[in-house]
Amino acid sequence: MSAFKDAGHLFRFAGLFVLAFIIFLVVRHYVVPRSFGQYGHYRGAAISEIAARPVKFAGHETCETCHSDVLDVKSKGKHAHVNCEACHGPLAKHAEDPSAVTPVKPDTAVLCARCHTATAAKPKGFPQVDPADHSNGVPCETCHQPHSPAIDGSTASATGGAK
Amino acid sequence: MNLSRRHFLVLMPAAAIAWKAVLAGTPEQAENYKLSEHWWGMLIDVPKCIGCGNCVRACAAENDVPDGYFRTWVERYHVSDENMTNPEVISPDGGKEGFPVAKEDAEKYFFVPKMCNHCSDSPCTQVCPVGATFVTPDGVVLIDPKYCLGCAYCVQACPYGCRYIHPEKKVADKCTLCYHRITKGLTTACCESCPTGARQLVDLKNPKDPIHEFLKTHNVQVLKPQMATGAKAFYNGLDGSVR
Amino acid sequence: MMSGVEGFMYPNEVGLQWSVLIVLYPFITGLVAGAFILASLERVFHVEAVKPTYRLALLTALSFLIVAPLPLQLHLGHPERSPEMYFTPHSTSAMAMFGYVYLWYLMAVLVFEIWLDYRRDIVLLARSSKGLLRLIYKVMTLGSDNISPSSLHIDDKVGWIVTLIGIPSAFLLHGYVGFIFGSIKANPWWSSPLMPVVFIFSAMVSGIAGVMLIYMAVTKLRKQVIDIRCVDSIAMYLFYIFIIDFSLEMLDLIHRVYEADESFRSLNFMVHTKLYFSHIVVQIILGTVTPLVLLFITQVVKLPEQVRKRMYVTAGSLALVGIFAMRWNVVIGGQLFSKSFLGYTTYKMALVTREGSLVAVGLTVLPLFILWALVKLLPPWSHDEATQAATGD
Repeated sequence: MSAFKDAGHLFRFAGLFVLAFIIFLVVRHYVVPRSFGQYGHYRGAAISEIAARPVKFAGHETCETCHSDVLDVKSKGKHAHVNCEACHGPLAKHAEDPSAVTPVKPDTAVLCARCHTATAAKPKGFPQVDPADHSNGVPCETCHQPHSPAIDGSTASATGGAK
Repeated sequence: MNLSRRHFLVLMPAAAIAWKAVLAGTPEQAENYKLSEHWWGMLIDVPKCIGCGNCVRACAAENDVPDGYFRTWVERYHVSDENMTNPEVISPDGGKEGFPVAKEDAEKYFFVPKMCNHCSDSPCTQVCPVGATFVTPDGVVLIDPKYCLGCAYCVQACPYGCRYIHPEKKVADKCTLCYHRITKGLTTACCESCPTGARQLVDLKNPKDPIHEFLKTHNVQVLKPQMATGAKAFYNGLDGSVR
Repeated sequence: MMSGVEGFMYPNEVGLQWSVLIVLYPFITGLVAGAFILASLERVFHVEAVKPTYRLALLTALSFLIVAPLPLQLHLGHPERSPEMYFTPHSTSAMAMFGYVYLWYLMAVLVFEIWLDYRRDIVLLARSSKGLLRLIYKVMTLGSDNISPSSLHIDDKVGWIVTLIGIPSAFLLHGYVGFIFGSIKANPWWSSPLMPVVFIFSAMVSGIAGVMLIYMAVTKLRKQVIDIRCVDSIAMYLFYIFIIDFSLEMLDLIHRVYEADESFRSLNFMVHTKLYFSHIVVQIILGTVTPLVLLFITQVVKLPEQVRKRMYVTAGSLALVGIFAMRWNVVIGGQLFSKSFLGYTTYKMALVTREGSLVAVGLTVLPLFILWALVKLLPPWSHDEATQAATGD
């Protein structure tokens, strides 16, 4: 039909679209990651990649496998439910290679004050003091054994205390 | 340290086995971890929070969170009886170093830890144009840093303000519920370091999880329930003034 | 870090995520959509009066559309990953539409329509030019030399259909941007079903005003006579569409004030303080009410041509400023208040960074340079006029 002869340029234009579309499909096949769509509209491999990130806090159960003596002391006192790394910081590296990585003793002046500085904002029943009043600058561990902080007559250098 | 040699020889294998799943570099989750067996959430017990900031510091250490950005933070509320709709709220550096001393007055104070709510009907994953953020089959909202464009649409869409664009990686970032820990049987860094048990990881699909008992015996809420996000961070003792 | 913050903001909210470039993007696509609607007035609705601006409107639309992805690319953290929007678009995300809507509008509407309308000229220019220019024209003909009356008749018919499809396509191109904001339940300044509609009508205002100004400027530069009947007609459409736009925005305002939901107090305070200049002074008073009054006067009072032209230029310019201010107030305004409704932050727009004001100005001006090149390549005026203009420059 002569109409098609006069519409030849339109077919060329459409041809460009078709060509572009085919190229797009080919590129897409190679570029989209294999695991995409495995669980949903995302790269399924991302889940295991994220799960493989390094752990910095060992978790109290790991600490307790070696330091069971500290656990014995702690579980009888008020800090029974305060986990090791809450005060000692992330120690997965130490658990991995205990002799190579030596944990640094926390500075009680800063550490204890964070939880126990008295403020109207804290729950009323929570043990809190004014650090300046309370000890007159004397370090907390002079009287309180951090693993079992209640003062019961025994000295600060009891089992499991600081080196 | 008072550790006997015998102690050491007995405990080492036990520790080694326990540690096996925790070693950095293991490409998969712990061997027995099945995505379909878990549905993760968090319980936040507001009356227990003392605003020490341990969780904020622990999260930053565990997840290399850049300064000035927060995967979790703590807010301090100061509410008067006459003006419950207008609380005074502060969060100095996210509560990382705790809070300034508050003077006793006639009004009430409390601390509210905040984090990603790992919404089951998450508005942030809905708006991602390419599928770089998603809800895993075990209920954790994650970001794929290799796929994210950094368009920040998800940051705009989160009603809770828990997302940010990582200043160096230029991709979206947020709390991952320490996915790399919970899939190995550990708890999150924030829960591990909380001294009062104000934060607790929960697995809603685990019949033995004490959360089920807790939910039966306590009144819990989620933040901004009117947004219908299916939030899974449950707050016990949440005051009506909390934003 | 906390500088510029009043009250309380969630810690991650303090820095703004979307900068002036994200303000610019809807402004640019708005001009594209509006210019196209003006072109379609003649092509589909046979408003003969605006015919002198038909081709110019299409070229203006194309110039701005070419620049449109640039602010987005400069904003992305990983622009090299933007092809992901083509390969794995997320069907629940309005933003994912961008890639396909943009491509559709660029190729299947704008380029197609321009090509169909200009094809005869392209073939003639291919025959009459030399060197590199000849090669360019030859490529543009797609190898077809056919400009017989029947082929041109087919072009005309197909062009009409393309324009017809182009109208909803233009609404989609700009309306989806409105939906990007309007569908965010987390942000009460944005969340509204009216948002896409307001965006579309304000786009039409900006596009029509833009083409009107460009037409008047270009005609003056070419030392030709401005077709006053054409400009009168454009101004009339501008006036009526502006009325609709203004009504929609007033409706949104009245609704907010009346319902006074939990966000109202915070947003109200923001408008009266942080956004006072950009919203009340620039957008409403200077950018909407003043041009409306000027246009209204030209519609009801018979004024001399010279006076009318001056009023159109003033009204058109103010309208463009007002529409830009509207985009600013939506995008930036939506990030100045905290989602806790307890505080506010400040937008610190840098000068020379990737997302700074210099780049913004550059991107606004760039389409005019592209338009200049397009006008040289594809003169909107008749062939004889074109050669006259070429020698007269």
